[in-house]
Amino acid sequence: MRVVLSNSVGVPLYQQIKEQVGAAILSGELAEGSVLPSVRALARDLRISVITTTRAYTELAAEGFIATVPGKGAYVLPLDSELVREQLLRQVEDGLQTALDAAHRAGLGRDEIVRMLDGLMDAVGSVR
Amino acid sequence: MSGEPALALRGVGAAAGPRFRLRDVSFELPTGYVMGLIGANGAGKTTIIRCLLGMRTIDAGEIELLGHRVPAPVALRQDVGVVLDHTYLVGEWRLTEVERVLRPFYDRWDSGRYRQLLGEFGLDPAARVKDLSRGMAMKLMIAVALSHGARLLVFDEPTSGLDPVARDELVGIVGEFLVDEGHSVLFSTHITADLDRIGDYVTLIHGGRVVRSGPKDDVLDAYRLVRGGPDDLTGLIGVELIGLRRNGTGAQALVPADEAALLGDRVLVEPPTLEDLAVHIGARG
Repeated sequence: MRVVLSNSVGVPLYQQIKEQVGAAILSGELAEGSVLPSVRALARDLRISVITTTRAYTELAAEGFIATVPGKGAYVLPLDSELVREQLLRQVEDGLQTALDAAHRAGLGRDEIVRMLDGLMDAVGSVR
Repeated sequence: MSGEPALALRGVGAAAGPRFRLRDVSFELPTGYVMGLIGANGAGKTTIIRCLLGMRTIDAGEIELLGHRVPAPVALRQDVGVVLDHTYLVGEWRLTEVERVLRPFYDRWDSGRYRQLLGEFGLDPAARVKDLSRGMAMKLMIAVALSHGARLLVFDEPTSGLDPVARDELVGIVGEFLVDEGHSVLFSTHITADLDRIGDYVTLIHGGRVVRSGPKDDVLDAYRLVRGGPDDLTGLIGVELIGLRRNGTGAQALVPADEAALLGDRVLVEPPTLEDLAVHIGARG
C-alpha cells in the first residue's frame, strides 16, 4: 500500500490517507482481499498519531471500502459492493456538476453540452 | 479505547516550592495513545510528572496509574519506564554494567532484548555512561525501560537538547512502542513540533492549572488565531483575547472558537497550530 502525505496541502492527514487508499481500491491497484497494515503499524510507518490512522480506516470501513479486524488489521472488500458503487456514482455526479457549473459560466446550452459529452464518449470508446 | 485509562488525574493539588502549586489538575490518557503535556518552563509540567510517579505528595485529589491509585504498589515500577531530562545512571558504568546493576530490580528483565536494543539504537555495550551524547543517553534509558517490559513510558522534556536526527529517531521509537495497543506514552515538552503529528492527546498547562485537555484535534479546534490592524481587537465585548500582542502594524491574539464570530470581518481568523496555543497561552499573565 502506497500513502504519501503532504504537510502543506491543507487537507487533514486522515483525509489524505482515506482518499489515497480509496483511489487505490477503485483503480484496482489494491485488489479485493488485499491485507492492509493495522492502524498502529500504519501510524508507526507514517509517523502520525494512532487517532489519525484510526479515523481514516473507520471512514473507509463506513464507506464500504475495507473491513477492519480489531487488533489485527484490515482487508479490502469486493469492489462491486453496493456502497462502493454509490461512491463511484457520487464521483460521476460531482464531476458532471463541476462541468455543468463551468458550462453555465461559459454560456453553453444543453445541446452544446450533450454534443460535447457525446464527443468525449466517442473519443474514449475509440481508445478503449 | 475501552478499559482503564493509562493514567488519570482528578482534581490534583500539590505544593511545589514556596510560591507555586498545582491547582485542580484533571486529565486522562486512555490506554494505547500518546499524550503531550504542553506548557512553558515553570508551567508545572515536571511537577505533574513527579506527582504521577509518586516522587512528590499531593494534598488534594487523586491520581490513578495503570489501574492503581498513587502512591502505587512498588511492583508497578516494573510497568512504568521513566526517561528524565538527566540520566540517573552512574557515569563510570559501562552499558553492560548498567544491565548488571538494574536487572535485579525487575522480574521481567529481558537480557536478549537489552542487547538487541543497544544494537538497534547504535549503542556500544562497552561505552561508559558519561561518554554518551544527550541523544544516546536518552536511547539508553529507553532501552532500559523496554527491557523491563514497561507498558507506560513517561518522558520529561525528551527532545530539548536533542538534534533533529535524534528527535526524529525518538518519534520512530515511540511509534514502534505503540504498535502494541496496551502501551501508552506521556511526554512533557515545550517543543510542539514533535507533537504536531504523533500526538493523540494534548494537555495545555499554565500556571499550575490545566487550560484544556483532550484529543489533539479537538483542542486545536477550540481556538482560533486572529490578526488585525493596530486598532482592531479593541473594545470587544464578550471576546476573550488570550495572549494579545499589539504593535504599530498589527495585533494578534488567540480567541475561543465560539467567540471568533463576534469579531466581524475586518480581522483574519485562522485555525491555530499547537505552537500558537503554547505561545499565546504561555504569554497570558
